[in-house]
Amino acid sequence: MNAPAAASALSAQAFKSEVKPVWCPGCGDFSVLSAITKALSMLELRPENVAIVSGIGCSSRIPAYTSCYGFHGVHGRALPVATGLKVARPDLTVLATGGDGDGYSIGGNHFLHACRRNADITYVVMDNHVYGMTKGQPSPTTEPAWPSKLSPQGTGLREFHPLVIALAAGANFIARGFSGDPNGVARLIVQAIRHPGFSFVEVLSPCVTFRPDQRSWKEMARPAAVEATDDPARAARRLMTDDGFNIGVLYTGKRKPYAPTATGAAQQPSALEKGFEL
Amino acid sequence: MTTKKARKRAPAPRKPVTEPRERSGAYADFMAQAYTMELEAVQRYTEFAEQMEVHNNPEVAQLFRKLATIEGLHAKQILEEMGWSQAPGPAHAQQWEGGEPPESAPMSEVHYRMTPWHALELALDNELRAEKFFAAIAKSSRTPAEVRKLAAEMADEEAEHVRLVREWMKRVPRPDPDWNRDPDPPFLGD
Ligand SMILES: Cc1ncc(C[n+]2csc(CCOP(=O)(O)OP(=O)(O)O)c2C)c(N)n1
Ligand code: SF4
Repeated sequence: MNAPAAASALSAQAFKSEVKPVWCPGCGDFSVLSAITKALSMLELRPENVAIVSGIGCSSRIPAYTSCYGFHGVHGRALPVATGLKVARPDLTVLATGGDGDGYSIGGNHFLHACRRNADITYVVMDNHVYGMTKGQPSPTTEPAWPSKLSPQGTGLREFHPLVIALAAGANFIARGFSGDPNGVARLIVQAIRHPGFSFVEVLSPCVTFRPDQRSWKEMARPAAVEATDDPARAARRLMTDDGFNIGVLYTGKRKPYAPTATGAAQQPSALEKGFEL
Repeated sequence: MTTKKARKRAPAPRKPVTEPRERSGAYADFMAQAYTMELEAVQRYTEFAEQMEVHNNPEVAQLFRKLATIEGLHAKQILEEMGWSQAPGPAHAQQWEGGEPPESAPMSEVHYRMTPWHALELALDNELRAEKFFAAIAKSSRTPAEVRKLAAEMADEEAEHVRLVREWMKRVPRPDPDWNRDPDPPFLGD
């Protein structure tokens, strides 16, 4: 008897590198790495056709752990690099990855403009509501009353709402996942990559070391009760009242992705280099 | 320890429930799912072992590797039994209730200071979930008869694994109450 048809696709394992993650055991980022590699396998892509760009942070270490092209860049600057790469090499599947500190704090301005530009890239943010790598400082998504050594009474500041901001700024696909369901996150990433334009996938990814309280996310995360909408006004109403734990695709827009209008010849790196000749 | 224990727990080849030519597509699909479950368990235990190696917890790393070896033998047995020369379809083609295969412990359930007892506790939960999974298939009236018989057999095997892991746990010291206390904790200094 023949085995049920084995696809010619590479296994998820083939998208992992030899470098072993140094994350704390139990960190949600392990699941996100697994989800990304599963998604690339599901899409039957090949490592040489994918580039993963990141900034700085525990979560931003992901490119090194994959066998794809990777760029572990400057803190907060994953998106401009990813956008530039996609414009120069539209044939590549480009992902940007990072944390809430990287993406919403120092990289907040780039986040707005990447949504607005709508280049055909996928941005996966591992949101743990804290700066993990630098030992537990509050981030833009930290709850106002969360006490830490640096803010014993909490910051008292209202949280940043990444999904609402992404919608207002023009992101074309918005989803939320939870690292406790890596296969679910993988399916979201597949849809995000397939959807044209700027796709934003926010993944609740607990930091077990500095936010052990986030273990309770397991009980809080639940599938969104309603289907994704392509109507920005409906999506806005929904996201504005969202408690941060609705999981699934929440918005699928119809904006045309950004594509440079320059001729093919002008896009060649050699042609661009000419402008910088001394 | 690895080889001796692995051999001890290696599954005896299961007598096929039906002759190969009588096996239906549902039978093959079921075996493909069982194979994926074992394979994902191998990968999860291996990942846990690697995490423990990175965090200098060699004893638990070795134990996770041993568990991966055991699950690997189960996976191999399915391939042999079905006469498959290659792995059946991609792992992600399978859908699991609760998101993950029953024999894959949640990734959040490990700690850099965990002890062998904790690792076995995870293995026990995995085997219990697997037993429940196969038992439910065996009981379902929607399952074709030949698959039901096989699922019942697999549920019995998982029950035997539960017993073996429980025995194993008796031979391993229970963790101290403050097993996760780190004298140099990774918290932000004053
Ligand atoms: C320009 C610059 N400023 C500050 C830092 C210090 N720094 C490194 S990582 C980080 C925050 C990381 O938090 P996040 O992006 O949420 O990632 P996590 O570690 O939680 O995954 C900061 C502030 C830096 N590396 N570079
Ligand atoms: S500090 Fe937090 S975010 Fe960083 S690896 Fe550890 S658990 Fe993950």
